[in-house]
This record gives sequence, C-alpha cells and structure tokens, in this order.
Amino acid sequence: MLDSGLGELQAALAARRVSSVELTQLYLGRIRDLNGPLNAFITVDEKTSLEQARRADERRARGAVGPLTGIPVAHKDIFCTRQLRTTCGSKMLEHYTSPYDAHVVEQFERAGAVQLGKTNMDEFAMGSSNETSYFGPVRNPWDRNRVPGGSSGGSAVAVAARMAPVATGTDTGGSIRQPAALTGVCGLKPTYGLVSRYGMVAFASSLDQGGPMARSAADLALLLNVMAGHDARDSTSLPRAKEDYTRGLALPLNGLRIGLPREYFGEGVEPGVRDCVRAALGWFEKQGARTVPVELPNAALAVPVYYVLAPAEASSNLSRFDGVRYGHRAKEFADLADMYCRTRAEGFGAEVKRRILVGTYVLSHGYYDAYYLKAQKVRRLIARDFAAAFAQCDLIMGPTTPGTAFALGAKMDDPVQMYLNDIFTIPAPLAGLPALSVPCGFDAQGLPVGLQMMGNHFAEAMLLGAAHQYQRATDWHQRVPKEAPL
Amino acid sequence: MSLSPDQLRRLTRLARIAVSEDESGTVAERLNRVLGLIDQLQAVDTGGIEPMSHALDVVQPLRADTVTENDQRSLFQAVAPAVADGLYLVPRVIE
Repeated sequence: MLDSGLGELQAALAARRVSSVELTQLYLGRIRDLNGPLNAFITVDEKTSLEQARRADERRARGAVGPLTGIPVAHKDIFCTRQLRTTCGSKMLEHYTSPYDAHVVEQFERAGAVQLGKTNMDEFAMGSSNETSYFGPVRNPWDRNRVPGGSSGGSAVAVAARMAPVATGTDTGGSIRQPAALTGVCGLKPTYGLVSRYGMVAFASSLDQGGPMARSAADLALLLNVMAGHDARDSTSLPRAKEDYTRGLALPLNGLRIGLPREYFGEGVEPGVRDCVRAALGWFEKQGARTVPVELPNAALAVPVYYVLAPAEASSNLSRFDGVRYGHRAKEFADLADMYCRTRAEGFGAEVKRRILVGTYVLSHGYYDAYYLKAQKVRRLIARDFAAAFAQCDLIMGPTTPGTAFALGAKMDDPVQMYLNDIFTIPAPLAGLPALSVPCGFDAQGLPVGLQMMGNHFAEAMLLGAAHQYQRATDWHQRVPKEAPL
Repeated sequence: MSLSPDQLRRLTRLARIAVSEDESGTVAERLNRVLGLIDQLQAVDTGGIEPMSHALDVVQPLRADTVTENDQRSLFQAVAPAVADGLYLVPRVIE
C-alpha cells in the first residue's frame, strides 16, 4: 500500500479495502519510523491528521466523495495552515500558527485530502540543499550523508521514502525540480500564475510558484487539477478556465519535436547525469520523437540575473518580519530600531540575511539601474531565447541538475558554488515557463538522475504526457531508496 | 567589487539586520562572492531592451472598490508578540 500511486489509493478507498484512517495511520507509522534519521517533516500532529481522516471516511460513507477524499498529503511548511504551525523553516516563525489557510491548502481540503504534516525546507525557501533550515538538514534516503536538494527537500524525501504518497512544493529557481531530481521523484513547476500564491509565504513574488511532487507524472496531473485555478486573492493568479491535466497523458510521441539546448549538454555536467539523460532522449527518439538543436545563448546569465531579482524581491517581502505583528521578537533591545535589528539578526539564518543584504544593495540608491534594471533587461533576453526555441520545438529537454546529490556540508561555505547547482532550473521560472523533472536513471554511485522537460506557457498537459509515456516504459520512479526500505 | 566596512555598515542598517564585529568579516567575504557573480551582468549589451518585471505580459487586474473584509483584529493580534487594548506594542519612540 505504501508503494501505491493515487489511482490505486483512490480505488482501494472506493472499494472499502482500506479506510482513510487506516491509510493515514500507515503513513504516520512510516513517518514515526523514518523521520528521526531523515528529518523530512517539521511538524506532524497525528491527532489532527486522524481526525481529518475520520471525517473523510464519514463523508465517503455519506457518498460525498471528492477527487482526493481520504488521501494523505504532505504540505511544504511554506503553505499557511490554521491547524498546524507554519515555520517556513525559520526561527522567525518557529511558533507561528496562521489565522488562515493558503489557497492551495483550501483546494486540497475541498478535494477531500487529509493533511499528513508540514515538510522541512530551506529557510524561507532560500537554498538548494535543505541545509539552511532552522530545524536541521533533511537527509537523502539514497545516501544519508548526502543532501536531498532544496528548497522543497522535505517534500521530496517524504515522497521518495514513502512517508507520504504525494506532497506540495514551491519553486522559485528550481526548488521543486532540483530536490525531485536528487531524490528520484517527479516534480512540476507550473506556468507562473496558474497556482495561487495566497497564503504561500512570499520569497520572490515574480517567480514563486506552487506545484505538485509525486512518484509519477500521472499523480502530478491529478494534483495539478486540484491546485490550479483562479483565485482573486492573488493578483497574479490568472483568470483561466480550469483544465483537466490528465487529458494529455496519452500523448503520442511520434513526431514530437524535442529541443536540445547546447548550453545544457556542455562541460560541467557530470558523466553519470549526461549518460542517463542521453539514454532517455534515445528512448524518445525510438518512439518517433525528433530531437532538434536549439540555442539558449543567454542561459548562462540566468544565475546572475536570478541572484539580483530574487534577493531584491526577498529584501522587500521579508521586511514584514519586524517583531511587531507576528513571529520572533528579540528579548533585549535599546529602542525601536534596535528591536528591529536584533529581532532580524536572531530570527533569520545566514543565507536569508545574505540574500536580504544583496537585495538591499541592488535596490539601493546609485545601484538600482546598474543591477536591478539591468537584470530585468537580461531576464527579457532569456525569455526571448525561449520564445525563439519554442518556434522550433514542442518541448525542451535536458538534465535537471549538473550533478547528482552532493555531500552534506560540501557547498555551505561557498554561496556561489551552491547557487550554480541551479544553473539548469533557474531559466524556466525567469521566463514564467512550466517545467518538470522525471527520474531517468542512476549514476555509478547509485544516486538518482533527473530529466528536465520545459514547455511553453500552459504546456503542462504536454509535459505531463511526455513524462507519463516515459514512465510507462521505465521503472526508475518505482525503485525504493536504499536507506528507506519498505 | 568589494564592500568596504563602511558600506557593509550602511547596508546592514538599511536592511535592519544587526551584524556583530566578529561576524562582519565572514559576512563581507561571502557577500563579495555573490556581488562578483552578479557583476557578470555589466558586460551584457541590453541597449533598447525593455525591463521585464512580470513573467507573462498581463495587466494588473483591479477589483471593485467595495468593502469585502470583515474585522478580524483579535484573530490577527492573537499571534502578535505584544498587544494591549487592540494595539500592537513597540518600545517607546517619543519621550
């Protein structure tokens, strides 16, 4: 049962082979067994989860059944929940319980799902290894001495280690796709504006986007059906008609044009990653897909552009943490200004402070044009590259990350080395494009490799279809991590 | 590009983040690495390019100018560090 996808779980619940209470107990037991070593969850409240499960069983008995009735879901601890605290991986919000639910959380509740807990993450979603969490690093179930990626590392590990059937994540520069790749699961970052950011703690508002994480693309499609949709409370939420993202799962691959950007296959990509991705592309070609070379000449600038824009937006968004309305407040201070300075010095970790300082710098008098406006202009160049590429192909494919999971602590002393890990995931959100990562093999050390697929705006159904077809022919996503045996 | 101690002090004051003398060396050194990374942008020719502030070319939707929220002050203040009589408490700013 722990190994089941959403379709099997729905069928088992519908046939009364299992109740939601039993299913929730099964996952809670798994969390009890594995969370000590893996640290994937920050908050689990068994009583609340089981109460929700009991109510789901009651609704089912009455015949009031939604798409996810009784199915346990783990939420990244960036989504506000009234019933469980929301820490965002920070000391600043260690004791914070939100007075309202995020739109995404409401959508899951409407669909009938059960909240299994809140997953660990890099502090305020700033990190690529889950090591910046105030609640300690998450460990990779394929090798506990390695990172799971970040910032949605807790959600990725919860799904990989079968501590949750599915989870939510958020992606600003790769925070869904990179941990998905490093832990051997699937993750989708939707088109900007598809999923409401209401109640999602803000990091970089022009880039932040919530999305699903699961072991299969078919499950991602079911989850996106629940998550996507217009919400007037987020002014960037797009007023579009609801789509059924499962409709394209039977995508015919014959004739599909797959763009291969030269920039994604150069030096700097580990041989183990390159070989797996090449093999996956070979499979698509055998199905009749055609690979075409495309160019993203400004892709290499995506990392510097991102590290201007994301910190600039973060420095503004995180100014709300002042120790007045919610969150941590310093115990000792001389006056109001000192209270702000000490509250923020104590409440934020080193990486968050660094990004606030970088953002403050690029927005400050005399530097705004040179950094912030300049980065916005280069952002447009990157978006134009994608538009030109999509005139020649239907999808773009390449590695999700240049390497597999790295050792804990390996990149913590050099922020730039850490940032470069996201070199292949940052371009898509800058252009607002949807992108997913799907497992495509293992390197010589037995660590998972992710194949990234990027699509044009609103091409989610096509991405999911291509990934689903690949998963029908491969079993990478069904492998069980060595350090989390069933 | 390298931050002087004065520039770092100005920055931490603007950002309202206290940085101790002990930490300032490490903070400056790592900030300088990031500033070195973003300095790459200076070499790019962006003549005639419009800045892009939103991922999709959409206009800001406006809502009707009507009251839609009800008063939830006590709910919101329940999570505040210090309140009294419906007000948020901060250190005295006027003697």
